[in-house]
Amino acid sequence: MANMAQAIRMALHYGEKNLGVTDIFGEDVGAPLGGAFTVTQGLETAWNSPLDERGIVSTAIGLGLAGDRCVAEIQFCDYIFNTIDLLKIAGNTLWCSNGQYNMPIVVMTPVGAGIRGSVYHSHSFDAWAARLPGWKVVMPSTPLDAYGLMISAIKDPNPVLFLKPKSLLRVRGEELLPGEPAEKELKSMIDAPIGDRSKWKARWPKLGEFEIPIGKGKIVHEGSDVTVVSYGRTLPLCVKAAQELATQGRSVEVIDLRSIYPYDWQMIRESVQKTGRVLFVNEDTEVTNFGEHLAYRVTQELFYEIHARPRVLAGKNLPGIGLHPNLEEASVPHYEDIVHELREVLEEVP
Amino acid sequence: MRQVQSTKSKAQMKTRPSAKKAAKKPSVKKTEKAQAKDRALGLLPKNQVLQMMDLMVKSRVLEERLIKVYKAGDAFFWIGGPGEEAFGVPLGLLTNKGQGPAYDYLHLHYRGTPTLIAMGMPYLESIRLIMNRATDRSTGGRNFANHYCYPEWNVVPVGSPIEVQYGMAIGTALAQRRRKMKKEASGVTIVTGGDAGSAEGDFASCLIWSSRPGNELPIYITVQNNKWGISTPFSEQHGEKNVADRGKAFGIRTNVVNGNDPIESYFQIQGDLDYIKKNTRPVLTEFHVSRLYGHSSASGANRDSGEDPIELFEKRLVDSKYVAPGFVKELWAQYDVESRQAADIARSEAGPSKDTIWDHVYADGENADWRKF
Repeated sequence: MANMAQAIRMALHYGEKNLGVTDIFGEDVGAPLGGAFTVTQGLETAWNSPLDERGIVSTAIGLGLAGDRCVAEIQFCDYIFNTIDLLKIAGNTLWCSNGQYNMPIVVMTPVGAGIRGSVYHSHSFDAWAARLPGWKVVMPSTPLDAYGLMISAIKDPNPVLFLKPKSLLRVRGEELLPGEPAEKELKSMIDAPIGDRSKWKARWPKLGEFEIPIGKGKIVHEGSDVTVVSYGRTLPLCVKAAQELATQGRSVEVIDLRSIYPYDWQMIRESVQKTGRVLFVNEDTEVTNFGEHLAYRVTQELFYEIHARPRVLAGKNLPGIGLHPNLEEASVPHYEDIVHELREVLEEVP
Repeated sequence: MRQVQSTKSKAQMKTRPSAKKAAKKPSVKKTEKAQAKDRALGLLPKNQVLQMMDLMVKSRVLEERLIKVYKAGDAFFWIGGPGEEAFGVPLGLLTNKGQGPAYDYLHLHYRGTPTLIAMGMPYLESIRLIMNRATDRSTGGRNFANHYCYPEWNVVPVGSPIEVQYGMAIGTALAQRRRKMKKEASGVTIVTGGDAGSAEGDFASCLIWSSRPGNELPIYITVQNNKWGISTPFSEQHGEKNVADRGKAFGIRTNVVNGNDPIESYFQIQGDLDYIKKNTRPVLTEFHVSRLYGHSSASGANRDSGEDPIELFEKRLVDSKYVAPGFVKELWAQYDVESRQAADIARSEAGPSKDTIWDHVYADGENADWRKF
């Protein structure tokens, strides 16, 4: 099975071959590296840009204004912060022009902890991104979803921020992508060799179109006692926690939100109405966290149908993620934290 | 609804019949400098010279009308570029206007009225913008004066953040370069901005990205140096003699010209655009211009001292017998009437309704209001 990096790469290839993608660019995105996480290896339209995040985002905006389709990369979301006003502009161009200029661009960037990335390779961006009206924001947790969300992002006439959970980029999926060959064969076809790559060219499998509609979540573990809503790195931890609690007779429903904005409120609402209890899990910092918005909405709209306070489990409100494992583990949600929090929600007596 | 007619050739109708004859016999009392100016004038057809005069006045009258609209309480804010007509009008005349990469892209800042007037923008559209009317065709009442948007002319949305347009210009120029390399029709990208804003990193981005070896971009990088950043003098913040000098480090052709002289501006812009089209390489040209009404209404929008390009040009045309004394005054009065009529129309129109706030957050009418997810 393809891992998430390979899945995104194949979606980008599908995009440049079938969806009119003209430019896939950013720092070290082109040959020979093909991206810090190998996501852009072997792509025909991939090219290296100057080390200039503002230049990358503003160039993407310009390409969008010209009607070309691009996927720009910020190498780590930790370095996207100096582009925040440009992201605002990309998000408000259609609105400010009273509907005259679409901004059909995709910006992708790796996010989150989990690779011992220290202070400036562990940031999250979903809470910030949710405050960029006009953008759509997605974050997959499986290779198949990454493939389908990237294709949807490329086709979307709006700017889409594609957040890549970096700790999951090497994790293999459990479902085949349309047209995906066997694992070994895939590696030999699309992974660049170690060493001299000057003559290497990717051999692409015949891929099929597959879209995950932006704004649609997925119930990845059905349950009836409590709902947990997550995305990205913490999603598989939630599934594992649900499986563990199932052995103790507790039924946990896990929703992979996949799209942060727009989000699948219908799915959340129906699930919470069924379970009466909900926990939101993500790893961005906890103050003005996106999970807080969802918890607020549950409180406002489902207050008389729930049996416990909606809770948010998120990263501590710290200026950074410390390098030592003890520091990182104490800063962002881990498996044990999720199990603990779920038990608390389950045991709360109204 | 009444429509204000755009004046096409008032200047031509009001010229003295004997002007051509007179121009052939320059006075012996004229200085050498004046004679040199006459020679420069003579390089353009007379009707084009007069057209520039006409458009410069037309633009100034509009800017002054916008200020009056603000001062009358019919607008919340004014920002614009009176004093930049001798740069902006030639730019508008020389732009290959149309939609898409085959034509020139304009990444203007909020001092672009002279350029838009030269391209054919009616008064009413600019006044609707400053009055934030629902009929405002640039922003639908959502943004400030001079924040134009004309997709059919590749005038991309003008924003308030300083200098970001220099970065975005890279993208449209890249799209045009791609087409040029494929031998498809392609225009050039033109970006305008101020001297103070050139301190922003986006200006440096533009220089770097437009001169990548083997990937040079067809981009016309211009700076309108009025020597001020709101209340801060350029001379206190910039050690470089000319902003344009910064382009030299990147092998970019650079120029510094008198942007208060429409003839000099015209030939400079024409030559620069020709070079860019021919070589698919950037040019950086700095135009020294005047700022005649301050930065914006935030600083009063009152007339400042400073060289007035319209007065200078008028004097030159009178000296050269292109027009009679009083020509500009008459033109001014005609445009003033036109601008007043346009303001009356805009004043009678409604603003955008409250229920439109969610329109165009997403394309194609897709809902972006989380309450309706």
